[in-house]
Amino acid sequence: MSIELKGLVKRKDAETHIYETNLKLSKGGFNVLLGTTLSGKTTLMRLMAGLEKPTKGEVWFNDENVTGIAVQKRSVAMVYQAFVNYPSHSVYDNIASPLKVAGVSKAEIKSRVESIAELLKLGPMLKRMPAELSGGQQQRTALARALVKNAELVLLDEPLANLDYKLREELRDELPKLFAGSGATVVYATSEPMEALLLGGHTATLHEGRVIQYGVTADIYREPNNLTSATVFSHPPINTTFVDKKGAELFIRGVACCTVDERFKGLADGKYILGVRPHHLTPFSTDQHSIKIEGEVKVTEISGSDSVIHIRFGDGNWVSESHGIHPYKVGELIDLYINIKQCLLFDEQGELVKV
Amino acid sequence: MARINLEKIKHSYSSAAEGVQEYALKEINAVWKDGGSYALLGPSGCGKTTLLNIISGLLAPSEGKILFDDKDVTHMSTSDRNIAQVFQFPVVYDTMTVFDNLAFPLRNRGFSEAEILPRVNEIAKMLELEDSLKKRAARLTADGKQKISLGRGLVRKDVSAIMFDEPLTVIDPHLKWKLRSKLKELHQRLGITMIYVTHDQTEALTFAEQVVVMHDGLVVQTGTPVELFEHPKHTFVGHFIGSPGMNILPAENVNGEIGFAGNSIKIASVKAPKNIEGKLEIGVRPEFIRFDNDNDPNSIPVEITKVSDLGRFRIVEVKHEKQLIKLISPEQDIIPSESPRIIFDADKTRLYADSWVVN
Repeated sequence: MSIELKGLVKRKDAETHIYETNLKLSKGGFNVLLGTTLSGKTTLMRLMAGLEKPTKGEVWFNDENVTGIAVQKRSVAMVYQAFVNYPSHSVYDNIASPLKVAGVSKAEIKSRVESIAELLKLGPMLKRMPAELSGGQQQRTALARALVKNAELVLLDEPLANLDYKLREELRDELPKLFAGSGATVVYATSEPMEALLLGGHTATLHEGRVIQYGVTADIYREPNNLTSATVFSHPPINTTFVDKKGAELFIRGVACCTVDERFKGLADGKYILGVRPHHLTPFSTDQHSIKIEGEVKVTEISGSDSVIHIRFGDGNWVSESHGIHPYKVGELIDLYINIKQCLLFDEQGELVKV
Repeated sequence: MARINLEKIKHSYSSAAEGVQEYALKEINAVWKDGGSYALLGPSGCGKTTLLNIISGLLAPSEGKILFDDKDVTHMSTSDRNIAQVFQFPVVYDTMTVFDNLAFPLRNRGFSEAEILPRVNEIAKMLELEDSLKKRAARLTADGKQKISLGRGLVRKDVSAIMFDEPLTVIDPHLKWKLRSKLKELHQRLGITMIYVTHDQTEALTFAEQVVVMHDGLVVQTGTPVELFEHPKHTFVGHFIGSPGMNILPAENVNGEIGFAGNSIKIASVKAPKNIEGKLEIGVRPEFIRFDNDNDPNSIPVEITKVSDLGRFRIVEVKHEKQLIKLISPEQDIIPSESPRIIFDADKTRLYADSWVVN
């Protein structure tokens, strides 16, 4: 089922929760809503589900305007961050509940519940009560209940946020595969850029109640159309600074200078904003076009294979993310290299300078 | 401040424990040095919170002793142990100002206002709470309140240790890295023993000098982030640390040569594989597998089943016979389109017998 939001607006009292939004999600796709807390992800989902009425605008499922249609009459399933299960029902009855409501025959319920339980590795748990399950199993139960309905629209609101790290990794891997064959249109809300990239599909970046950009996930990451979209889709945060382009040279805060990258040769002189993703700022030079800058180390975070170095550069805080172990001390002055070939350039209003 | 010594600590929540399975903690021996930063890392139910409660004095172990320096504190209360704690959810007095909240642990211990003022200001500055000192705590956001909790844990200089129980759970992901960096910075400046409990490997590896990996009531490995990454002693560590975790592949020992599905695999750290017994597995991290461009005789033919583009790198899922293998391919590298073959880095490939590493 395709979903289209046409001129959708949601206000509560004097506050606008969703500014005018036009968005079309294609049938059977996996769509990520990416944004921080309060960016409007949940409100947008509730509007799609019919749990809330828009102040203005329409919601269309395929060729049908469903704006006034109640949630029960829409083919929708929703999974929340907190595991919502019926505590006094067994796992089997929890999964079966939407089918019972829909009046499906006992024999069919049995076969559908069993096959979905198999898929979600809940087969041996069917007789247990939710309280006897681990967090991951409880959330799988909630997912199974959403899947068993064969709803055409599945809304997942940060469904993995309360799970252990490793379980999250596992389910994140499984989820797109689970839905791939179902034909359902999936909308998945998250605040983590890495999660959006791992899930793939399409992504809409959200910021303060507005959809900033929508498109193929990896494309939005590589070519955000403005600084807001780039910021929403960068973790650790993207580094930015004003730069001056004068002829063939680019001046960075008066402390560094380089030849303007091939891509931007034809650009008018003036002020721009340079966007440097943390992994394009490294403590080693990556090629002859790298620009050296000096920063004061604020802290170095080391994971098994990577280092995240927080530095003070000029009057801003910058972050470098690189392969290898670089155990710098607090306060140390170090050289870092900007990979200028990979950087993004924005105009003074924050719009991406397209090449 | 104190060195913490755990001697044969065992714990069971049931009174008549029968058999080893009944123990939430099976046997823990450890010496944690004064001024160190440690993370207890493991999935739900591994025993990490039980161990934390034993160290902080909320729980007495069924067996074994716990020493701070050379003093036996096994049956002492939390306050007698002089431990500061920060919990998952903020514990603040809403009606008090931020200043009074931060000063509370000091006033409780009878410090003079003259001593309190500079210390509270110092901590507030480190946590970027200076501008809120006069506000009531109730007016702060969830993040702000958790900062107060952290501040209350950090404000006393005289504590034996500070314990953190998943302190960043309620924090927005965009602010998590900030507070994590802040904590690390504070540890470097204050030099107090810090113990941090989490299920999140990123938090553990970035925060701690030594990470204590727990699984099923046991400490399976204690090491630096690099050690855990490059030399996992147990397949659980290999799987749990790293994202995606280590590939664990079934292995066979054919007359002293280690093989995987009929392919000979070179493992530099294993010299005489002839005498190895038990269930054999090869462990190799996705970071240490690459596509073979030079027709290496040791490469393995694969079929590419999935590519996830993560910007910085791609996670490539490949299949050899029925075995799935994941590898990481850097942003600039080209993924071969025709008859791809992969090769493992012999120096970084490990052999496991019954889940424990073979050297």
